[in-house]
Amino acid sequence: MSDHPMRGRTAISGLGETKYYKRAMAPDGEFKMCLESILLACEDAGIDPRDIDGFCSYSNERSSPDRIAAALDIKEMRLSNMFWGGGGGGGSGALANAVSAIISGQCEVVVVYRALAQGQFGRFGQGAVVNEVNNDGKWTAPFGLMSPAQSFAMRVRRFMHENGVQQEALRAISMASYHHAQQNPRAVMHGRELTEEIYDQSRWIVEPFHLFDCCMENDGAAAIIVTSVERARDLKPAPAVVLAAAQGSTARNQAPAHNADIYATSNFQHVGKRLYEIAGVTPNDIDVSQVYENFTGGVMMSIVEHGLCSADEVNDIFTLENFKSTGKLPINTSGGNLAECYMHGLELIIEAARQIRGQSPNQVSDAEVALVASGPMVTPVSSCILGVDR
Amino acid sequence: MTTGELSQWHASNPDNYLPPGLAAPRPWQDGLDTPYWDAIERNSLVVQYCDSCDAHQWGPEWICHRCHKFDLEYVEVEPKGRIYSWERIWHPVHPALQASCPYMVVLVELPGADNVRMVGNLLGDPLRPITIGEEVEAVFEHHKDVDPPYTLVQWKRVGD
Ligand SMILES: [Zn+2]
Repeated sequence: MSDHPMRGRTAISGLGETKYYKRAMAPDGEFKMCLESILLACEDAGIDPRDIDGFCSYSNERSSPDRIAAALDIKEMRLSNMFWGGGGGGGSGALANAVSAIISGQCEVVVVYRALAQGQFGRFGQGAVVNEVNNDGKWTAPFGLMSPAQSFAMRVRRFMHENGVQQEALRAISMASYHHAQQNPRAVMHGRELTEEIYDQSRWIVEPFHLFDCCMENDGAAAIIVTSVERARDLKPAPAVVLAAAQGSTARNQAPAHNADIYATSNFQHVGKRLYEIAGVTPNDIDVSQVYENFTGGVMMSIVEHGLCSADEVNDIFTLENFKSTGKLPINTSGGNLAECYMHGLELIIEAARQIRGQSPNQVSDAEVALVASGPMVTPVSSCILGVDR
Repeated sequence: MTTGELSQWHASNPDNYLPPGLAAPRPWQDGLDTPYWDAIERNSLVVQYCDSCDAHQWGPEWICHRCHKFDLEYVEVEPKGRIYSWERIWHPVHPALQASCPYMVVLVELPGADNVRMVGNLLGDPLRPITIGEEVEAVFEHHKDVDPPYTLVQWKRVGD
């Protein structure tokens, strides 16, 4: 067992999610949904929202703690923290920052939150229409390489080449998310089945990604309440104990013009190793995993780099049966970014906590240890491991 | 552009792989990469080189990431490479590309320059099968009708 100072000291005590909407379909604005999700998380935990003293977010969150604190009459703010980097790379990193603030005595009740209204604000999947580019985008954009899907397809193709991965492995990841969403009424893709035929016939976005390999874009908000494990034990829900949360990058992962030393990577090679060292568990101990799907290829590399399967086993192990909540390697049991909601992966941490509580729509039996790999292939990345209270 | 306009444009601009309207690359304002843009305008491929490490570096940076020496020189390298990875893009994410899909983007490593990598388009039929490791050579694509003009380094299969 690890004696790392982070291990087992804090817990997720409150889960809050607005209704999740298709992109631009939310009746409410982004900030209002943000407030709603925070209040729901507090209600779930059974705490007074005025007792929140720390705010952690990521991905250039627009709903700022100063405005939230005024709106909610926060009695004493002690931390206002933003994890650098775009995409979902910072989901577990924001949790790590909340955990650190609590363990170091800076805060007692921290909310980790994310709100998105892409009708109100812009989309992620479009290239910028500008006349000139004089930043590092100049090495890619003039060649028509500008969206996240296009940036990551190049890494994924290289990984598939180095390890002989077939397209069917990516298909299985997509099908697992859609399969689980059918049991989850909150999921945006609830009621929309995905078959092998539908996947195979769907259009290419950029090879090797079909339409169904790419995440949705959605509206909504999500929040979690983090406290010390002692305080969590006095609250209503069963604590989802934070065994570890780690963040970082391999060397030069974002070197300009795709010159990372290690290129075919989700960027979890170091973070994944450190995560297990902190938690004092091994990949064999993981009962269920929530693995961020910006694109299925990122899920593939994240699974490998968290040691859940080796690269040369991908073709054999990546099947819908194995990925189901009843399978050998259950992943994305709420539907994830592909089929529940693209809430930049905060919904994945919530689903991991639900598994630990025994409240998932696709509950893995006797789930005691849950892994979350937040957004892959960016810098920095982050991941976390939650466990039952012992 | 409509498909008709596009084929008209291709007929009059046979040397340009993608249509106009994409962002034009410009040097950093601090001058870091100016020697690269000047060189490729003259059909000469250059990358950074550290004489302390005897090693090439790309993309450009003010410092050698190996030894932290500042102000690396730019040296000419053989304009030959091999395909390190590739992608065939089918869904346009920019209005200028509406009628240009699919098109090929490749990541090319330069064996003559410590395997530094460059992103470019692979010229020719975008539907032609491609293999990682295929040998390619640089094509200097001059965009002269814009102000200021610029050059892109593109790639074609050796022998094409
Ligand atoms: Zn050097």
